[in-house]
Amino acid sequence: MKAAVIVFPGSNCDRDCAVAVERSTGAKVEMVWHKETALPDGLDLIVLPGGFSYGDYLRCGAMAALSPVMKEVIAAANRGVATVGICNGFQILCEAGLLPGALLRNEGLKYVCKPVALEVTNAQTRFTAGYQGRREVTMTVGNGEGNFFADKETLARIEGEGQVVFRYLDNPNGSVDDIAGIINPAGNVLGMMPHPDRAFEEDLGSADGAILFQSALASA
Amino acid sequence: MKATVHVFLKPGVLDVQGKAVESALHGLGWADVKDVRVGRVITFDVGAADKAAAEAEVKAMCEKLLANTVIEGYRVEVA
Repeated sequence: MKAAVIVFPGSNCDRDCAVAVERSTGAKVEMVWHKETALPDGLDLIVLPGGFSYGDYLRCGAMAALSPVMKEVIAAANRGVATVGICNGFQILCEAGLLPGALLRNEGLKYVCKPVALEVTNAQTRFTAGYQGRREVTMTVGNGEGNFFADKETLARIEGEGQVVFRYLDNPNGSVDDIAGIINPAGNVLGMMPHPDRAFEEDLGSADGAILFQSALASA
Repeated sequence: MKATVHVFLKPGVLDVQGKAVESALHGLGWADVKDVRVGRVITFDVGAADKAAAEAEVKAMCEKLLANTVIEGYRVEVA
């Protein structure tokens, strides 16, 4: 099994993601610099990590979405490769048009960093099948702009199509409908603000994130 | 030609920054201030043949990069 973590200037969870995927799945992980114009062959999983790509210039994720490597990430995602964007990675996926909606500044204006309880709203995805019907998981959020927004029509569509994958049980940032993570209609691109990479073994307070990576690769 | 692009969160999209600034203005005594919105202004030179062409180009830039039309609206001035 092979995974790639995309590294943008300003990514700061890239190493965490690599270690989390390696330790929880045994997959070989390659770090891919954003200026690359090709991805490694035979990828089973692409991870867009958290951080502050391009210093959040213009809008969070806006510059990273136009990085050379993103053309390849978009092509791979459209071919069906499992792709997960975490935190800033989620913002990048939205800016790149792979996921609907956008992330606004947190309602309370504060950077929120704490473990949060999440409802597994859709347990039928390739990323959440491993929870085997468990309804509640815990992961850590760390964001200043994690307030998910989509207009009414988009919201009705993603709610209706089961594209909401995770919901906050106690909304930390004002996200509409308590949305913490969404998936594309094809079911292979997941974006989420909470960090599975900060919850991959019990010593970190939760190992629920490990199950997400295992699940993503189990179906590869 | 000089282009000026104003980008603001759309009406109806919560502007928490605007709210914070509004409450600070109230604190300074300007009690009747309301509906504060904080946006950004982007200026640059654009090499287009005429004003209409420049406006069309800058609008395309807004749609592609300068604004996120999911949450933001924009206004273009070319002079």
